[in-house]
Amino acid sequence: MSITLDSQVPVAAPVSAPVKGYWQAVFSRLRRDPVALIAGLILLIILAMAIFAPWLAPQSPYSTSMLNRLKPIGTEGFPLGTDELGRDMLSRLIYGARLSLLIGVMPVVNAFVIGSAIGIVAGFVGGRTNTVIMRIIDVFYAFPAVLLAIALAGALGAGLVNSLFSLTVVFIPPIARVAESVTTQVRNYDYIEAARASGARSLTIIRRHVLGNVLGPIFVYSTSLISVSMILASGLSFLGLGARPPMPEWGLMLNTMRDAIYVNPWVSVLPGVMIFSVSICCNMLSDGLRSAMDVK
Amino acid sequence: MMKLEQNSLGMASTVLPSRDRGGLAQPLLSVRGLHKHFIIQKSGFGQQAKRVHAVDGVDFDVMKGETLGIVGESGCGKSTTARLLMRLLTPDSGELVFDGDTVGARGGISLREMRRQVQMVFQNSYASLNPRMSIEDSIAFGPEVHGLKRTEARKRARKLLDQVGLAPNLYANRYPHELSGGQRQRVNIARALALEPRLMILDEAVSALDKSVEAQVLNLLVDLKQEYGLTYLFISHDLNVVRYISDRVMVMYLGKVAEMGDTEALYEAPAHPYTKALISAMPSMDPNQRTSKAPLAGDPPNPIDLPQGCRFSPRCPVAIDACHIEEPPLAPCGEKHSTACLRAEAVMHDRAQVIATNQELS
Amino acid sequence: MGTYFFKRILYVIPITLAVSFFCFMLVHLSPGDPMDAVVSADAPREVVAMVQAAYGFDRPLPEQYGRWVVRAVQGDLGLSTANGRAVTTEVFGALVNTLRLALVASLIGFTLGCLFGTLAGYWQGSLLDRFVTGIAVGGVSIPHYWLGMMLVIVFSVELSWLPSSGAGPGSSSDWVWEWRYIRHLILPAITLSVIPMGVVTRTVRAMVAEILNHDFVEALRAKGLAEVRVFLHVVKNVAPTALAVMGLQLGYLLGGSILVETVFSWPGTGLLLNNAIFQRDLPILQGTILVLAIFFVLLNLMVDLAQARLDPRIQRN
Repeated sequence: MSITLDSQVPVAAPVSAPVKGYWQAVFSRLRRDPVALIAGLILLIILAMAIFAPWLAPQSPYSTSMLNRLKPIGTEGFPLGTDELGRDMLSRLIYGARLSLLIGVMPVVNAFVIGSAIGIVAGFVGGRTNTVIMRIIDVFYAFPAVLLAIALAGALGAGLVNSLFSLTVVFIPPIARVAESVTTQVRNYDYIEAARASGARSLTIIRRHVLGNVLGPIFVYSTSLISVSMILASGLSFLGLGARPPMPEWGLMLNTMRDAIYVNPWVSVLPGVMIFSVSICCNMLSDGLRSAMDVK
Repeated sequence: MMKLEQNSLGMASTVLPSRDRGGLAQPLLSVRGLHKHFIIQKSGFGQQAKRVHAVDGVDFDVMKGETLGIVGESGCGKSTTARLLMRLLTPDSGELVFDGDTVGARGGISLREMRRQVQMVFQNSYASLNPRMSIEDSIAFGPEVHGLKRTEARKRARKLLDQVGLAPNLYANRYPHELSGGQRQRVNIARALALEPRLMILDEAVSALDKSVEAQVLNLLVDLKQEYGLTYLFISHDLNVVRYISDRVMVMYLGKVAEMGDTEALYEAPAHPYTKALISAMPSMDPNQRTSKAPLAGDPPNPIDLPQGCRFSPRCPVAIDACHIEEPPLAPCGEKHSTACLRAEAVMHDRAQVIATNQELS
Repeated sequence: MGTYFFKRILYVIPITLAVSFFCFMLVHLSPGDPMDAVVSADAPREVVAMVQAAYGFDRPLPEQYGRWVVRAVQGDLGLSTANGRAVTTEVFGALVNTLRLALVASLIGFTLGCLFGTLAGYWQGSLLDRFVTGIAVGGVSIPHYWLGMMLVIVFSVELSWLPSSGAGPGSSSDWVWEWRYIRHLILPAITLSVIPMGVVTRTVRAMVAEILNHDFVEALRAKGLAEVRVFLHVVKNVAPTALAVMGLQLGYLLGGSILVETVFSWPGTGLLLNNAIFQRDLPILQGTILVLAIFFVLLNLMVDLAQARLDPRIQRN
């Protein structure tokens, strides 16, 4: 999995940025993009699944039954079959959305907050501070993302909190880089000089003049990371570094069902279908959002 | 106890007191020994750092109520000077005295307070307004920073919009991209005025505008100056505009003052060959007066490797040997008129044959 | 140009040091005493002290780091706490297998990516383009450990064409390029090739489309130049970037292979790392990550230098 830095992050140039209703305009363009629309719809459905799991799931995701182990898809009472401990697959997939979405999205949210703060400060202050911060960030680029996540999670030991922490660390550097480059661009506009000339303090300038102009592009970039984060988070669970049994989590479910591929192959790959759906929909939505914001 | 002043906006300015202190004879702003070098390439192994001498020792005074024009080719350091005055750039050395108070020194005036009393309008009207702020909020930002309540600041913004000729009801809630260049520059002027400054630095403020719009904005500036008793520092490369608006003019060449004097005196009898060349290059309204020959040969020398002696000497048509050896200081050459040229006398009295004599001599 | 090369090469030194520091700290980040993995909790105190001294755990941290770096430079990364074998031997043995897998995967991904990308770029907006773009998005979105499972189900479980695990008969050092070994490589290589395929497709498609929109291509065509020449021109312009992207992807594969190697029990660094994590074999964990990261740093360096050489317009900072 590569986190590619896309230099094409659109920044609102002072000239062309239509501001009034800028976001409305973006969303109206997004609404005319059928691919993004469908992707968004699927994500909403999965989100609803996570929220309303207790009402939607036909059974408890934890109740085991030795008699009903590894039932195939379409079994009476188990529409999507059962897992190696006889738990209802459909219920576990529905409940699994909760944890899987949480551990997939949270690292990006955390990294968005921390990475933006680091990048904006570095970009705004500039000079030596910027160099020092960005050089430290560069060190993290010496590790492929997956390796970094696994190294940290592996050293810290298995567990949800450790896996969240590791993934957050993985996503801070790329977000900080984008934040830094966007902020550096904005900082050079005269309106920042004018604000400084009016005697405003740096924090006031960042709050009133910088944030509004940089958060949008950083946000769009961050959304493109959610897909990678979903795959990585489930991947850590798949390796046994994230969620612990018997929690319903898609990556972990794939792991525990690995031996079942010889008995009941198509049930065992179902959790992967869920991870793939979320990941591809996030990518498509993020692509759509990017082109909707890229007004030319 | 602070004196409550009634300003021309009709509002008591308790928050933003500005007072005249030294009387008219005291310059509003005195600049001494201003230097700014930019390092463009760090010193490496055995190499010396490459520096651009953007502003290389500049002294001048801005008198109360006058308009001082600064002219020169692009790259001569006029915009850098403006930014140094506002401390948007930190000078390497030099002293600023604002109405008798040294800026940033003990017992002097604080940088923040100086910045309130000196405001700036930039060339690029697009880039100098935050695209995500309404016009009203952009103007109100400064006063808010200085402690005015938001509602008060907005009220002031609307008054100012009216003053610069933009109907508040129509424009207050608009965003920069919805305005034309001229309108945006009016907003920028209003924004600068919002802090009730005493000195306005206009850095190529009208240069990017259409000629007709430029004239309107210039007239607006003249009116505002009258009304608020402002002092202007007017930076431009357009000699016609500078002549129109300025009381005194300062000519800069490669980071140094080449010539300075009252506008008419300087335009009528320039004492520096560079000024003379600039003026003769001005497009004239009279077709018979138009020249076709280029008065200045070559590009300005590289500001990294400055020539020895007078920095204009390599391009100077009247340079003598002494010019290539020593850099001439700024010296008086008439009443309220000074220049940094060894041959000022000859240039002023238009003895045009100097080149020939020069060549005969050598 | 020369100074750029020089600076870029020098830059590797601080980065490598920082990377080594990070790897060193990994062990000290981890909870619990690394000693616990070596000696049992009820071992006599003298034995604990002896082992501690042997591993150097009793010295202050900066000294440990210094010694560790000096030894690492000499090719000594310590001993595995799980089986007592030299970390260097273990890691390099595994690295050969991982490289074999990653290189084949890159080759597949690069070839398919260039093919798909060029086709899509040439017929931009067509049905083919949409299809290819879909595949590319799928390629970068798919959880490859899951794809690996699917391939095993289809080709090993259902069709019984290809083996599902291992690297062939005998130990992994017996590898030769013969079918009885190669057949083990096919599924993991295809699985791993999906991501670089997606990334290269996207890059090449965007670049081809952009170049074809340039005026000079119009001019070439207007001059009556054969389409083959136009195509050659496109190749000349796209190749440096595509190669650079591929070079970087190879590095990402080294890291990304851990999940795929786990699925296929491929005896590479990924499997080694996975086992090290669960046996809490910290020297192996540290050594593997250090070697992979340094490899990645050097790969980045080579890509940068090659790119600067091929395309002088790009002077990366």
